[in-house]
Amino acid sequence: MSATPAPAAADARLMTGAEIVLRALKEQGVEVIFGYPGGAVLPLYDALFQQNAIRHVLVRHEQAAVHAAEGYARSTGKVGVVLVTSGPGATNAVTGLVDALMDSVPVVCLTGQVPTHLIGNDAFQEADTTGITRPATKHNYLVKDIRRLAATVHEAFYVARSGRPGPVVIDLPKDILIGKGPYTDPPAEPHRSYRPQTEPDAEAIRRAVALLKRAERPVVYAGGGVINSGPEASRLLTEFVRMTGMPCTTTLMALGAFPASDPQFLGMLGMHGLYEANLAMHGCDVMLNVGARFDDRVTGSLAHFSPGSRKIHADIDPSSINKNVKVDVAIVGDAKRVLAALIEAWKADPTPQDKAALTRWWRQIDEWRARDCLRYRQEGRIIKPQHAVKRLYEITKELGRDTIITTEVGQHQMWAAQFFGFERPNRWLTSGGLGTMGYGLPAAVGAQIAHPDALVIDIAGEASILMNIQEMGTLAQYRLPVKVFVLNNEYMGMVRQWQELLHGGRYSESYSAALPDFVKLAESFGAVGLRAETADDLDRVIREMLAADRAVIADIHVDKEENCFPMIPSGAPHNQMILGRDEEGGAAGVTDEGKVLV
Amino acid sequence: MPDPAETAQRAATIAVLVENEAGILARVVGLFSGRGYNIESLTVAPVDEAKRISRITIVTSGTEMVIEQIKAQLDRLVPVHKVADLTLEGPHVAREMALIKVVGRGENRLEALRLADAFRARVVDATTESFVFEMTGSGDKLDAFIALMRPLGLAEVSRTGVVAIARGPRSIHS
Ligand SMILES: Cc1cc2nc3c(=O)[nH]c(=O)nc-3n(C[C@H](O)[C@H](O)[C@H](O)COP(=O)(O)OP(=O)(O)OC[C@H]3O[C@@H](n4cnc5c(N)ncnc54)[C@H](O)[C@@H]3O)c2cc1C
Ligand SMILES: Cc1ncc(C[n+]2csc(CCOP(=O)(O)OP(=O)(O)O)c2C)c(N)n1
Ligand SMILES: [Mg+2]
Repeated sequence: MSATPAPAAADARLMTGAEIVLRALKEQGVEVIFGYPGGAVLPLYDALFQQNAIRHVLVRHEQAAVHAAEGYARSTGKVGVVLVTSGPGATNAVTGLVDALMDSVPVVCLTGQVPTHLIGNDAFQEADTTGITRPATKHNYLVKDIRRLAATVHEAFYVARSGRPGPVVIDLPKDILIGKGPYTDPPAEPHRSYRPQTEPDAEAIRRAVALLKRAERPVVYAGGGVINSGPEASRLLTEFVRMTGMPCTTTLMALGAFPASDPQFLGMLGMHGLYEANLAMHGCDVMLNVGARFDDRVTGSLAHFSPGSRKIHADIDPSSINKNVKVDVAIVGDAKRVLAALIEAWKADPTPQDKAALTRWWRQIDEWRARDCLRYRQEGRIIKPQHAVKRLYEITKELGRDTIITTEVGQHQMWAAQFFGFERPNRWLTSGGLGTMGYGLPAAVGAQIAHPDALVIDIAGEASILMNIQEMGTLAQYRLPVKVFVLNNEYMGMVRQWQELLHGGRYSESYSAALPDFVKLAESFGAVGLRAETADDLDRVIREMLAADRAVIADIHVDKEENCFPMIPSGAPHNQMILGRDEEGGAAGVTDEGKVLV
Repeated sequence: MPDPAETAQRAATIAVLVENEAGILARVVGLFSGRGYNIESLTVAPVDEAKRISRITIVTSGTEMVIEQIKAQLDRLVPVHKVADLTLEGPHVAREMALIKVVGRGENRLEALRLADAFRARVVDATTESFVFEMTGSGDKLDAFIALMRPLGLAEVSRTGVVAIARGPRSIHS
């Protein structure tokens, strides 16, 4: 800075807090905000009104604003942005924030707050937003000095997207939004304290490759971190798996990180994962985990998890490593850097691979595959839910359009994971860690806003869809042609399944009574309502749904009592999978220890 | 059979350098309560005003895996600069201070004073019927002294919690 500027010039450079926020958002490349107005954020809404660079999408509930931002973020790799008012606006957003935290989704959420001089006075619509959201976010800020405002917004974006991504809240007292202050550019120097390690340690990479080269029964287990790392990481994962000839499985969060059609893909692993994937994990001698967190839905009983293997774990967050499962080689780094380094080190290491052992391993895997664990019988008039998803997949594939699938939570989510194939990343948006019913429709809003030409389908359950059904209004307002494909089994199916298997078939409160007429419901929001009641209707309804240029709810009446298999009961080891109803005796063997697990 | 190396508990004294900003203590304490870790003692104070850095010393215990988790979880808090496991990294000095009020007359009072002298506790306040002793030392030493004072009229104790630093030329900043 040179000479002190004249007061008038200095004044001209001052902006209102609301203008500072918008300018910082623009600088951060923000194109769209998902929000809902209220008293504390009126200055921001006023500033939004007076500009055209940033689009605002008005949702119908603040929880949906966060899920929409997640859908936007997960389908683009960019940070999703949310704007809500103080008090109830902020508290309504909390479920979405925790969802984004659990699934490592980069979101910046601006919350209004009462003016600084009223904080702590139980003022109208005051809530301790930073207190409430501290464990719900990766980090949060309360801005009390307008001179720090721009820097805080820039920092929030840096924190949300770097390292292990996550949600960040900026709480904005109304006097800060109205007051005047200077705008400052993003800092050139690195952050004072938060500098996640992205480059892997060369020695760890060398040790990993040494293990992998000598492996006789290797398996690659890829997780959501590969998606977080960007499409390049998925490309490198595919390259690595193909060049090494190893089998590859992915978690629920990583579907699309490796092409589903590739013969080396074993499918999803875990509680409702494929037989071959789980047995390969159980029987492998070297496991390479890239960007997965050994979640309990994946490991089953920790004491029996992959007992004979040496484990390599690459993760950008050191706290994910050795949290649940003790590993032999820890690699801290960004998945794409790790994979690039592994590929290079693999080429550089002259040790020959034991091809004969690998062939034997594949022969074993092929035997497991031959069990055809996802088989089901579609006979008669009643639509099997698996068949509905399978036909949806096949017919969309015929269309060849870029397709993004979101889901709600329950059996339909698992069937979607099992029967819909993903060739590329960022096309599968689901709530994995928190398992939030009501995620799918707003996430579809965000994905469709980001990809206006894509085919966006929410594979839903009749219970979950009612949790954020108000977003049909958002679809109508913005003419978003999202397709809601409801697998209507008239039950909270996943709950019913557990009650059948673990609670003596006492279906306590899991029946979806008093359902709306989904066709009329769709029509009341200006969308198309369709219904398939028998197997003969299915293809026609799917085709009609896909052909519609508007939003659609397709109410697919499916078998009410179908269970989702394979299933590893809670707390059981991978090699005690139940493959079908005939084997349900297996679940009777669930220990009390298993029953306390969720 | 669980591996004994994975079930054995150990104590850890952890030093954390943090940004001196509102809410930082709540983040650290919330982390411990939210994830179910033990806090045996926690102290905090600014150590570098110019750079706005505070130092938190936490005494905790758990299996090796849990202590590794605690350190990794602390380290990923955005305002945390540095986490050091003083117990693991080598010999360190750990000290605690206590102010101990003993109320009484006659022989008990004299005995309290004699013991204070033996323990190198200082008298920082005295009336005809009370003493306030100031004592610095390891937690064990403080515990022992306080136990001795109990029958002699122990009325009140205020303790700082542990502060600790590595022995030798090695610094947490290096
Ligand atoms: C009803 C229901 C059933 C479920 N059943 C299953 C199941 O059968 N199988 C299954 O797999 N899941 C299942 N889940 C999901 C499960 O709960 C977890 O969400 C999921 O397994 C976690 O996936 P992940 O390990 O890939 O980790 P994520 O939650 O995606 O975490 C990503 C990991 O990668 C790291 N990371 C982030 N960015 C990077 C980067 N750039 N580079 C490197 N590392 C990075 C993170 O630190 C983290 O450790 C189910 C969920 C529900 C609701
Ligand atoms: C917000 C929320 N509440 C409760 C649950 C527990 N839960 C998990 S699945 C499920 C039933 C879902 O029913 P539906 O949407 O019809 O899906 P289905 O399992 O029948 O396919 C419930 C209640 C949850 N995951 N999220
Ligand atoms: Mg249902």
